[in-house]
Amino acid sequence: MASFQQFDVEYEMKVDLSQWHPIASSSDLPLRHVYQGQLWGRELAVWRADDGHINVWENRCLHRGVRLSIGLNEGSELRCLYHGWRYANRTAGCTYIPAHPADAPARTICNNTYQCVEVHGLVWSAIAPESSFEGQGVLEGLEPLVLRPIPIAAPLHLVQKLAADYPFGTLTNRDDTSLTLQYGQAKLQLFLQPVDAGKTIMRGLLTPAPVDSVAALRHHNATMTALRDEIELAATRLDPPTAINVKFAPVAKGLARMPDIDNAGPKVELRAKVARKWQVAEQVMAFRLEALSGQFPTFQPGAHIDVNLPNGMSRQYSLTNGPGETDHYTIGVKHDIASRGGSTCLHDDVQEGDVLAISAPHNNFPLRRDAVKTILIAGGIGITPLLSMAKTLKAQELPFELHIFAQSKDDLAFPNILHNLGASTISHTGLTPQATCDVIAGVLANYTPAQHVYICGPGAMLEATRELATKAAWPDEAVHFEYFKNTHEIAFNTTFEIALSRSALTLQVPAGKTILQVLRDNGIEAPSSCEQGACGTCLMTVIEGEPDHQDVYLSTTERAANQKIIACVSRSKSNRLVLDM
Amino acid sequence: MTQYCDDPVILNQWHPLSSFDEIVVGQMHSTVLLGCSISYQLTAQGSLSVWLCNDVNFSLPLKRAYGFLWTSLGTPPDEIFVVEELDETDRQNVATGVFGVNVSFGRAIENFLDMGHFPFVHTGILGEEPHTEVKEYDVDVSESRDEIMATRCRFYQPQASLASEGGADVDYVFRVPHINCALLYKSSPGYEAEGRMDVIYMFLQPMGPEWTRAHTGMCVIDSKNSYQGIRYFQQVIFGQDKSILENQFPKRLPLDSRAETPIRADKSAIAYRRWLTKKGLTYGVIPAI
Repeated sequence: MASFQQFDVEYEMKVDLSQWHPIASSSDLPLRHVYQGQLWGRELAVWRADDGHINVWENRCLHRGVRLSIGLNEGSELRCLYHGWRYANRTAGCTYIPAHPADAPARTICNNTYQCVEVHGLVWSAIAPESSFEGQGVLEGLEPLVLRPIPIAAPLHLVQKLAADYPFGTLTNRDDTSLTLQYGQAKLQLFLQPVDAGKTIMRGLLTPAPVDSVAALRHHNATMTALRDEIELAATRLDPPTAINVKFAPVAKGLARMPDIDNAGPKVELRAKVARKWQVAEQVMAFRLEALSGQFPTFQPGAHIDVNLPNGMSRQYSLTNGPGETDHYTIGVKHDIASRGGSTCLHDDVQEGDVLAISAPHNNFPLRRDAVKTILIAGGIGITPLLSMAKTLKAQELPFELHIFAQSKDDLAFPNILHNLGASTISHTGLTPQATCDVIAGVLANYTPAQHVYICGPGAMLEATRELATKAAWPDEAVHFEYFKNTHEIAFNTTFEIALSRSALTLQVPAGKTILQVLRDNGIEAPSSCEQGACGTCLMTVIEGEPDHQDVYLSTTERAANQKIIACVSRSKSNRLVLDM
Repeated sequence: MTQYCDDPVILNQWHPLSSFDEIVVGQMHSTVLLGCSISYQLTAQGSLSVWLCNDVNFSLPLKRAYGFLWTSLGTPPDEIFVVEELDETDRQNVATGVFGVNVSFGRAIENFLDMGHFPFVHTGILGEEPHTEVKEYDVDVSESRDEIMATRCRFYQPQASLASEGGADVDYVFRVPHINCALLYKSSPGYEAEGRMDVIYMFLQPMGPEWTRAHTGMCVIDSKNSYQGIRYFQQVIFGQDKSILENQFPKRLPLDSRAETPIRADKSAIAYRRWLTKKGLTYGVIPAI
C-alpha cells in the first residue's frame, strides 16, 4: 500500500493521502454489486462479499488494466470481465486464470487494496493511512441518518469554504474535510470526499435520526442541491484544475513474467492461532487456524500447508476452505494409529488458543475448471482437498460428482459441508475393497473428452483407481491424484552424478543420501515439503539422463517421458543426470 | 481533444482513412489523423486527393491498397505491407464497418491478438466456458519482413463462423505487419484440406493517442453468406470488445514489462510491446522506463 505514495507528483492542490474519507454509503453496496468510487483521483472498486466483508481495491485488474468495477461480484470472489481471472475476497489474490486451467496461479498475483472501515452507514477508506481509522467520536452511541451524497464539480478547498453557509443552526467545528453544524439537539456532520482535483462529494450524517426520515432526506437533499449550485457557480470563476495525475505502481518483478515453477517452496513463516478444534468424524479433528496478525495468503482449491508441530515434526495438510473463505484456514486431521507422532500430537496436545507455525499454501494438486464434468473420488480423510474443490465447483455452478468412500457413516468427515454440497455428493460406506473397485469402475465408465477425475485417499485405493481409469480409456492428463504418503519401499543404495546445467556444477550423490540432501549440503536452496515423494514440491526438470522414479507424484506418462524428477526420493539409472537448475 | 504528434515512428507510416465503399463520389469527407484535421475527395472524373486542413490546404501523399485509402503525415515508405490473400480473385473482400473506440490503437491491437477473452467477451460465438484454455503457440518476430507472427494458435469455438455449425477447435494465425494494423487467418470451413484460410483484418486510424477508429474487414472464401450477414457478425464482435477496451486503464498501451501481469497466453502481446519499444514509438503508448 505504501507504494502508492511514492508515485505521487507535486500537485497544485493540497493532497493529504493519509486521511480517512467516506467513499461510499453502506446502501451503495447491495448484494453482489460492485460500486465504483474515487478518492484523490484514484478509482476504487468497492464490493461486499456474501460474508459481509467490504473490499476496496484499486479499480484495475493487474492483468490488462480493465476496470474491476465492471467485473462480477460472485459473492466470494470478484471475476474480471475480460479474461475471467478470479480474485479472492479479503486478500485480492488471484485464485484462477482460465487461460491456463492446469496451472495454479502464482499466489503473489494480487490486486492493490486499500484499508476500509464501515461505520455510521458510511464506508471509509484512505489511500496511504498513517494510522488506523479512529472513527467519529462525536457520533458515539448514536445511529445517524445517512443523507443522500451530493457530488459537486468543484475543488475540495472551495467546497470546504462555502459549505459553512449551509443553513442548519450554527457551525460548531470544521477542519479541512469536515464540518459540524448544531441546531438544537440535532447535529449535522458534512464530510467532504476529494474525488479528483475538481470534484468533491459531500456526505451528510444527521443525529439523532429524525422520526420522519423521508421528510429530512427530502429537505437536506433540496438544501444541499441548492448549495451545490452556488458552489459550482463559484467554481466557474476559477481556472479549471488539472486532474490529479495518478501513476500506477509497477507490479512485482517476478510477476512481469509468468514463472514456470515456483522456486520459493513452502517456508514455515506464518503464525496461526488455533481458533477452534472440533470433532468432524470418528478419529478426525478439524482445526480452524486464524492469522495472528494481518491475513493469510490466498489459496487455491487443492492447496496444502505445512504445519510445524510442537513436537518438532512437520506435516502437510490440505485446506478444506471454499472460495472466498479467506479469514481462516481449516484442516482436517485423522488420528493415525500407526502415526509417527504427527496426528497424535495434533489430536492430543494441540489445544484451542495454541499458536502454530505454518507455511503459505502450496498447490501441487490444482483444479482445472474447464472440464465438462469433474469427478472427485475420496477415500477416508482424502476428502479434505476435494472438499475445497467441490465447494469451488459448486460456487461456479460447474458440473461435478463427489464420491466418498468410508468405513461407516461415522467416518464421513465434515458432514455439514457434505450436506451443503447437496445432491452431487454420493457416499459409499462399508464396502469391501472389491466392491469399492466395482463402484469406482462404474463411476469411471463412459469417459468422454474434457472430463477430469481427482483422486485422494490411501495408496492402495489410489493405485486401484488409477488402474481402473487407464482401463476405461482415461488419458493420463485427465487423471489427477494426491497421495497421503509414499508407501513404496525406497532404495537409496545407488551412486550417481548430477550436473546442474545453469550453474555448471557437478555433484556426486552417494548411497544413503538423496539428491535434495546433496544439493543442500552444497548450499543450493531447493524447495521441498513432504520429503517422501508424495507432494511434488521438489519437482525438477531433467535435461539428460534416465531417472529412477521412486515417487508417487508423477503420472505414468510423466515417468515415461523422463523429463521430470522428484528430487527427495528418486535417483538415477544412468551414471549422470543433468538437471535444469 | 487534439494533441500535436511529434513522433516520427508513427508520422512516417501509411494510415487508413476510409474504405472506398464509403467514399461518396464528388463529396468532400473530413476526418482526424494523429490530432490533425484531414479532408479527402474523389471526383466524378476519378481524381483522388487528400489534404491537411490548415490555413493553407496542404496536399498529402495517398495510396490505394486493399480497398482502402491511405495517407501519411510524414515520409512514408514506398510500399505498404503485403497481404497476398487480399488479391485472390475467388474471395469476397468485405469492409465490415468502422468503429470509433476511446482507447489507444495499441490496446485495440492487443485485443485483436488475444484469444483468452473469447469465452468471456464473445460468449457463445468465438468461445464458451468451460473451454477456456489457450494452448501453447509460437510467436516469431520476422526481421526480414519486420512483422510479428503468431502461429499454431488453436481455440475452441462454439460457432467458428457463420458457415460452420457446432463447436470445434479453430486454427488461427495472427500477423502484425504494421504498428497499427493486424490480420488474422482462420481455418475456412470446407477449405481446411486445401489449407486456405479466411482473413480478418483491422486497420486502425489513430485519431489521437487515446482515440482510434477501427476499419475492419473480412476476406472470405465462403460464399454462402450474404454481405449483410458477414458485416453483422463482425459488428457484434466489435461491439462486445468496445466496452472492454474503453474500460482499460491506462488508455495508452504501457510498454514497461512491469506495468501489467502477462501470462503465457499473452506471448503475442509481449512480443508486440517489445517490438514497439524497439521501434522507439512514443505516441499512444507509455514508453518503458
